[in-house]
Amino acid sequence: MESTARDFNDNVDHALADPNLQDSLAKLKVGFSERRRQAAERLPEFEALRDRARDIKNHALANLDFYLEEFERKVLALGGHVHWAPTAADARRIIGELCQSMGARTVAKSKSMVAEEIALNEHLEELGIAPIETDLGEYIIQLRHEPPSHIIAPAVHLTKDQVADTFLEHHAKLGFTKRLTERNDLVAEARHVLRQKFLDADVGLTGANFLVAETGSSMLVTNEGNADLSNTLPRMHIVLASIEKVIPTLEDAAVLLRVLARSATGQESSAYTTLNTGPKRPGDLDGPEHYHVVILDNGRSAVLGTEMQEILRCIRCGACMNHCPVYGAIGGHAYGWVYPGPLGAVLTPQLIGVEEAGNLPNASTFCGRCESVCPVRIPLPKLMRHWREREFERHLTPTAVRQGLALWSFVARRPQLYRRLTGVANRVLALFGRAEGRYHALPLAGGWTRFRDLPAPQAGGTFHAQWKKRRS
Amino acid sequence: MHPILAAAILGTVSKLPSLTIRPRRIALFVTCLVDLFRPSIGFAAVKLLEEAGCTVELPPLQVCCGQPAYNSGDRTTTRAIAAQVIDAFEGYDAVVAPSGSCGGMLSHHYPGLFDDDPAMKARAENLAARSYELMAFLVDVLGVKKVAAHYDGAVTYHDSCSGLRELGVKDQPRRLLATVRGLSVREMKTPEVCCGFGGTFCVKYPEISNAMVGEKSADIAASGADTLLAGDLGCLMNMAGKLQREGSAVRVRHVAEVLAGMGDLPAIGEPERGSERGGPG
Repeated sequence: MESTARDFNDNVDHALADPNLQDSLAKLKVGFSERRRQAAERLPEFEALRDRARDIKNHALANLDFYLEEFERKVLALGGHVHWAPTAADARRIIGELCQSMGARTVAKSKSMVAEEIALNEHLEELGIAPIETDLGEYIIQLRHEPPSHIIAPAVHLTKDQVADTFLEHHAKLGFTKRLTERNDLVAEARHVLRQKFLDADVGLTGANFLVAETGSSMLVTNEGNADLSNTLPRMHIVLASIEKVIPTLEDAAVLLRVLARSATGQESSAYTTLNTGPKRPGDLDGPEHYHVVILDNGRSAVLGTEMQEILRCIRCGACMNHCPVYGAIGGHAYGWVYPGPLGAVLTPQLIGVEEAGNLPNASTFCGRCESVCPVRIPLPKLMRHWREREFERHLTPTAVRQGLALWSFVARRPQLYRRLTGVANRVLALFGRAEGRYHALPLAGGWTRFRDLPAPQAGGTFHAQWKKRRS
Repeated sequence: MHPILAAAILGTVSKLPSLTIRPRRIALFVTCLVDLFRPSIGFAAVKLLEEAGCTVELPPLQVCCGQPAYNSGDRTTTRAIAAQVIDAFEGYDAVVAPSGSCGGMLSHHYPGLFDDDPAMKARAENLAARSYELMAFLVDVLGVKKVAAHYDGAVTYHDSCSGLRELGVKDQPRRLLATVRGLSVREMKTPEVCCGFGGTFCVKYPEISNAMVGEKSADIAASGADTLLAGDLGCLMNMAGKLQREGSAVRVRHVAEVLAGMGDLPAIGEPERGSERGGPG
């Protein structure tokens, strides 16, 4: 996917001025966080499960080579194939060739953020193969030629009315000429249109929530069942997953599933949880004849052993963005690439470069709400701060910020000078702000006073000056 | 046993207040914003601490906790400032700040700055263990259960992020506010959501910050309260500035001021009494 992360500030302006987006975000902010809170409250051991989930992922990451090879061994024994893709280009090529080997004209896709990451759809289209998104949200944004704005709710930026218009525009030629207004009717129409596409598809492509080393299974959770049609109806099933998705055992998967759905949507579990374990066996009634797993690195292994490793624990529930007040203000597209919110603020600089995505880890108040809800306890603010440190070390921090910091630091490290300067500042600001108690505008404070008044200091000197007077 | 720890334990198990061991020498970490903009918060903190039996001192070499550098990725400067703060607060039984953000910097972030310097790390950990946010110190350590203040108004309390999520400050201010005569509390729908201040964030990303504080001001208005309280002056200045820009009549104060009976001072961003019509000079 083409990045616009460099244009973050323009993206923000655009997002803040989009009334449909703001409508949608208002609903998202209340809905997801409230449902997650209730789900967590209903499960007394939820906090303990978060610890276990963190430990499971830490163990898997500490032994990643072992579990990946174990997973491969199991898949091969089942009659499937494993392909290692060091880069996005490798993954595109491998999947393109697999599709061509089937003479595929269409590929039924269930939702996969890794497929977005490697820009798979564009590649398949170049090969003359039509990718069909079967997740409802993905289907809607595919019709609109938009990227997803959320990792579990890709069309969350759209209102129902926008979806109604999109369906009318694209489905009219299929005979659906009535503009629908009810949610259920829209879903039913999409279901009807998509059903034939499942039946026609030559290849089914899914992501994976987990790769289970013990059994060689890929595990998928959805609420629509579209993944199950994607991986059972076509003759070939391709699983596309990144390296950190591997976990040791089914028992571990059970723990992770218990925190995943609760953190994501507040459900006890998703409507569908599917294990794919190799191709169709002799005697099986259905299932794919060919089963391939494409495992993508794309820069992740370089994170292992670094201060950023903890981001690889992420199980893609989306809770960090659902609870992020910055995401809640600007939505997912403003982040400019595949992964928005606090997750994206840490992962995107890693995957596409901090030069491109340097704004992302800076656009945070470090409020810590993301970390407080993360099911695998990723210290997201700390990792964002690490990016800021790397930017500072590499002189990527804006010059004005660096100069301001240097000046402030010079003064802050000299308490007596600091006292004198704050004494003057207090007197001047208090004097001129006395009449109104605040400033509507002030030189050098435009960032503040554009949207807010600046309270004037109380008269009478700084606290230190007053203390000295009182106690002497 | 460290006196603070002893006090914390005794404070919860002892039924006899006279047996509670209190920290003797308290250093006030007044914070740079309170020092410059609103000294009354510092005096309110001193009053509350002294009423609870503490002796309060103001170590003169204190400046800033270093967060502007820390959150901008400038680790070298942060370490230099942290070392200066550690020096300034050497030898006190407890260091108390009327701010969850600055208090959290000392108690949660300093030790990690010195991972490669065991001697400094030990000193940072020592300071971290003695550092407190004011509300948590009053209630959890000193066992303060009520205050003598009076305040006529319906207040709503914003939970500042660092205090809430790093230090667990949530019930302490509400418990004390419940003992203020004449005061009622009207909670916001989302008192725990960030106000959009974030230190330098609010001037680096003013549009996002404005959207966040705009939502906060709507939540404040919907609460029906006439006064907004919080425990961090940065957040308070941000919210006061937005409310006043919008023409809101909600008054904004630090929670310590109300608890110390100083709720009759002009609120944040309000003119000094008697100077409403007078110009500067």
